[in-house]
Amino acid sequence: MNGVEGYMYPNEITLYWSVLIVLYPYITGLVAGAFILASLERVFRVEAVKPTYRLALLTALAFLLVAPLPLVLHLGHPFRSPEMYFTPHSTSAMAMFGYVYLWYLMAVLVLEIWLDYRRDIVLLSQSSKGLLRFVYKVMTLGSSNISPRSLAIDDRVGWIVTLIGIPSAFLLHGYVGFIFGSVKANPWWSSPLMPVVFIFSAMVSGIAGVMLLYMAISKLRKQVIDMRCVDSIAMYLFYIFIIDFSLEMLDLVHRIYEANESFNSLNFMVHTQLYFSQIVLQIGLGTITPLALLFLTQVVKLPEIARKYMYVLSGSLALIGVLAMRWNVVIGGQLFSKSFLGYTTYKMSLVTREGLLVAIFLTLLPLVFLWVLIKLLPPWPEKSAHAAAD
Amino acid sequence: MKISRRQMLILLPAAAVAWESVMAGTPEDAPNYKMTGHWWGMLIDIPKCIGCGNCVRACQTENDVPDGYFRTWVERYHRSDWPMSESGDVTPNPLIAPEVISPDGGKEGFPAATDESGKYFFVPKMCNHCAESPCTQVCPVGATFISPDGVVLVDQTYCLGCAYCVQACPYGCRYVHPEKKVADKCTLCYHRITKGLTTACCEACPTGARQLVDLKNPNDPIHAFLKTHSVQVLKPQMATGAKLFYNDLDGSVR
Repeated sequence: MNGVEGYMYPNEITLYWSVLIVLYPYITGLVAGAFILASLERVFRVEAVKPTYRLALLTALAFLLVAPLPLVLHLGHPFRSPEMYFTPHSTSAMAMFGYVYLWYLMAVLVLEIWLDYRRDIVLLSQSSKGLLRFVYKVMTLGSSNISPRSLAIDDRVGWIVTLIGIPSAFLLHGYVGFIFGSVKANPWWSSPLMPVVFIFSAMVSGIAGVMLLYMAISKLRKQVIDMRCVDSIAMYLFYIFIIDFSLEMLDLVHRIYEANESFNSLNFMVHTQLYFSQIVLQIGLGTITPLALLFLTQVVKLPEIARKYMYVLSGSLALIGVLAMRWNVVIGGQLFSKSFLGYTTYKMSLVTREGLLVAIFLTLLPLVFLWVLIKLLPPWPEKSAHAAAD
Repeated sequence: MKISRRQMLILLPAAAVAWESVMAGTPEDAPNYKMTGHWWGMLIDIPKCIGCGNCVRACQTENDVPDGYFRTWVERYHRSDWPMSESGDVTPNPLIAPEVISPDGGKEGFPAATDESGKYFFVPKMCNHCAESPCTQVCPVGATFISPDGVVLVDQTYCLGCAYCVQACPYGCRYVHPEKKVADKCTLCYHRITKGLTTACCEACPTGARQLVDLKNPNDPIHAFLKTHSVQVLKPQMATGAKLFYNDLDGSVR
């Protein structure tokens, strides 16, 4: 039969979770990772990463706004999706999504950004003109008090929000891992390690993403890249990458050593259909290579320019590696039969609602959102100082 | 309270619209049927199945199942003899690696067996109507549920079409309907069994290999059958509380 090798249960031949469901954990992972990088500065007082604090928050928001889109687009009945809020099913991991998402968006991210930018917003609402002035006026939410005492309260509340935000970020992404990890019918997914692996790979992708964005935007703005900042981010990226890699390898070794009933089937899949995306992209290029590069930057004293190139390369490879990991989980989990007797093929469409073009669009959309957010709320200290002077 | 003509003109259509929602929650009329009085399942007698595909065709006709998707299907297993080559190679273990086919779900029967050796047998498959069903557990809105009489059903006017239940079923019994874009599966012919009929597949089976069973009915022959036969469910390690009982199930079936 078409694209089928061995025996599949007849209803298994079609894959129901497409490339959009690959994007969904990828995007939420970037959100969680970026937020955790921001919280490094805020809660753990890592001064070195301060230049990326606001950028990380805005990145998290830009990606979070896009996060539900791939999910909703893949639904057979997208307009029924509000039912998940109104009539959630208490035993469903997926039903939690709406609440965790809203909580994270409104109670954590938007609130934290607002508190952090409140002074800037008030100043901008006084200095800007026309429609923009109105937009900023609305964004002040009627509060124009920027006395030192009021700002001190903002800071205090913001700190508490970040503190709540860290477990919320873990929850947001850990739950995505749980959606897969809790499916007992699917041995490729079913693992209590899944949420943990998802969280750490999320941190890898988010930190790498913000690092690359910071370097790219600095370049575009013709500003000097703060190497102390990038060096610290790279260091955190390296350590978290090690934890992530260890967890993924633990999962792999455990599967190989236990070799339960599904092993032959999954092993065959990894060596054939998933060989490129799993062995080559995820493990080889996307994990071991950037880890080795980052290791070099940690142990060898390299000139600034070499470090920059290595950070860009390892960051990009890490992003590709994490995307490949999401692909291997989501698509890989549907390629083999639950009878362990056969394999099917995923044929990605191009222009359909769940096709490649939509996927590319959804990947680029957060960057557009980020651009708007940066225009509206400049994350650069010199800009806000300038605004203050006005 | 006075209601003006203008108010009446607004209220009446609104009431008509609301009435539809009220009626939507009312079960279809089946006056003599008491949900709590039944607990449905099915017995599949493997030695009796001849692989004719009648059940698959009957199900498709009765339930308007789209081509290429199956609420029930029949598999043919070929468990070869234990390999004993001259080199002493004893793999593959035929219990682990049976040869299985199900051309178009076995709808039009099967090609003639070519291999003289080993053992051939047919395994009809369908929803196991699990009492601890993993598919209903994961539904984000509760559109799929276990009815009080033990049948796993889908409210297709409510289903989002997220396909999480398809992923959660260990037996591959669910699919997303290509036109309706909602989860679809065996309903155990709920529209028939609640009217005292048997399912379409049981009705069409020429050998009685499929028997609808009511576990709450003390006079159902299933109780005697379970006492005297070696009966198994599929993938018992999944602990789904499956109610599709297979008589004489071979260990290679999964």
